[in-house]
Amino acid sequence: MGFPVGPRLLVHTSGIYTLEMPVIEIKNLVKTYRVYQKNEGLAASITGLFKRDYRSVEAVKNIDLAVEEGEFVAFLGPNGAGKTTTLKLLSGVINPDSGTCNVMGFTPWERRNEYRRRFALVMGQKNQLWWDLPAAESFRLNQHIYCVPADRFNSTKDELCDLLDVTRLLNQPVRELSLGERMKMELIAALLHQPDVLFLDEPTIGLDVVAQHKIQEFLKYYQQQRKTTILLTSHYMKDIEALCKRVVVIAGGEIYHDGSLDGIVDQFSGDKIVTLHLSDSSSINDLRNLPNVIKVEEPKIKFRVSRDHVGEVLAEIFKAHSVDDIVVEDPPLEEVISNVFSAAERQNYSSQNHSSDGAARV
Amino acid sequence: MLPVFEKALTWWTFFKISINERLVYRGDFIIGTLMRFLPTLTQIFLWWAIYDAISTPGTADSATGPDQDIQGYRYGDMVAYYLMVTIARAFSSMPGLTSGIANQIRSGEIKKFLIQPVDMQACLLMQRIAHKLVYYLIAALPFALVFWLCGDFFIDGWPDGETLTVFFTSLILAFALGFYLECTIGLVGFWFLEVTSLTFIYMLMNFLLSGHMFPLELLPESPVNIRGIVEFLPFKYLAYFPAAVFLGKVQGAAMYWGLLTEAVWVLFFIVTSRVLWSRGVKRYSGFGG
Repeated sequence: MGFPVGPRLLVHTSGIYTLEMPVIEIKNLVKTYRVYQKNEGLAASITGLFKRDYRSVEAVKNIDLAVEEGEFVAFLGPNGAGKTTTLKLLSGVINPDSGTCNVMGFTPWERRNEYRRRFALVMGQKNQLWWDLPAAESFRLNQHIYCVPADRFNSTKDELCDLLDVTRLLNQPVRELSLGERMKMELIAALLHQPDVLFLDEPTIGLDVVAQHKIQEFLKYYQQQRKTTILLTSHYMKDIEALCKRVVVIAGGEIYHDGSLDGIVDQFSGDKIVTLHLSDSSSINDLRNLPNVIKVEEPKIKFRVSRDHVGEVLAEIFKAHSVDDIVVEDPPLEEVISNVFSAAERQNYSSQNHSSDGAARV
Repeated sequence: MLPVFEKALTWWTFFKISINERLVYRGDFIIGTLMRFLPTLTQIFLWWAIYDAISTPGTADSATGPDQDIQGYRYGDMVAYYLMVTIARAFSSMPGLTSGIANQIRSGEIKKFLIQPVDMQACLLMQRIAHKLVYYLIAALPFALVFWLCGDFFIDGWPDGETLTVFFTSLILAFALGFYLECTIGLVGFWFLEVTSLTFIYMLMNFLLSGHMFPLELLPESPVNIRGIVEFLPFKYLAYFPAAVFLGKVQGAAMYWGLLTEAVWVLFFIVTSRVLWSRGVKRYSGFGG
């Protein structure tokens, strides 16, 4: 699974075919963590002092991925699937066990300054700003860390603050900002050096709907303007729907699906949701007995039909009843994704039970 | 721009930011400074009782205090010693450095030094220098007051210029030694995650073997020659050595040998902490999400 790796034909919006190297290229990446196992109780704690049991957890096993310049890719997957580990490998925080990775010609875990000046990592749960100082001071520090010329720094900063509407908060200590405001500052801090590649790890976690939406809008606009290559992980489907054309589903450390969001729905959801608005209330009683009725709310009825049979079922209904309005839609994305995750985890389990040398799971 | 100049500018900004950050807590600072002298005060009283007990009756109330000396320390010398140790420790002590590094490793905050093109130790050093400078600025007045009140205890008066130069150099080196030594201990956190016990051992050793508790001349030479062993350890440069230089307990060639040894220890811990950093980072698996 996964996109072909290596130089490939790229279709630009203009329709011109060009030959390009991917910005990010991952091959056979493997990362195993060693986790200390301790049983409950004091006796086990004492034994643990002398003899420790370790279990290896394969956070990432054999990931292949290629991302082109200017792509906005979402990593989707259940907690502990290996999304964050992959981002950490890409940003050089950790070294892999095996495999190669090439980002703009650099190997991330060599941690070359030339590479570190060209990407940024924003983690929704970690902050990089100085807690007791105004964000403006953290920005100034980043300017020097990343060697940004003063004029470019000022114009970038003004533009970003303007877009995110935080100019008036620049001189307020970061600890006095709300979570949403702080996240906006974090984003600005990460973008001041105009990175070519941006890794976002759950940038909207814990934010209210308004702040989430604002950040989505901003990211969308920014990406369109600057054509930055962005990799994003998020558990909010809204983020992904709004931003990413390409979705990579990771589960159990492997890539399970790589393609468009619509593709996921087509592949993993066999059902459609049909809502009928009936003109005659007596019809409702007849239709109540349909299989898979979700909700009845006179004069409306909502039910689930397998995709292949939508036409058939509707034709039957039209014959017997008069219908005012009809809506046929895909199931909610959350539901589809949750199906994908369960399927992926099932597959993962069975493959692990087959291999005798697989890590023992508790 | 020249890379060196860029780098210097980064450190300078970092330094300024650290100063600003420090000034946020100015109230806490002034109280902290005065409290620093409290333990010294109790020690002065304790030594008064000791000297009084071993001295010729009646001399305790004379201008120079009790007439006995302990290992070459008259009562006034003893008080002066504690005051000078307070100065030395104002340079060498690094509150929160070890635990700060260990916490950053455990919480994963250390990541920012892997992601950003910036060196962690240089950042911490700038931060520490800034903190110390702000501290000296605020502490100068209370320090001056205490030394003025205690002026009489410095029986032999001010040392000569040469001794003073060595004294100040030893203070700067004490700062560097304290910094890199604690850095080294903190970086052990890459292997142990929890370094509290290690910090505790270090604190204890520091307390007893640096001369913080009492002048090192008072350490026993038998059955185990602790006094001799301490000469080979880095601790004494954190408190005893600068004070001893100032009070003329170490003179001439010994003074320069001490300075040289101190510099070698600084170098040793710079190298050790560098090695620990590069090894630790490789080992690091990104704890804490």
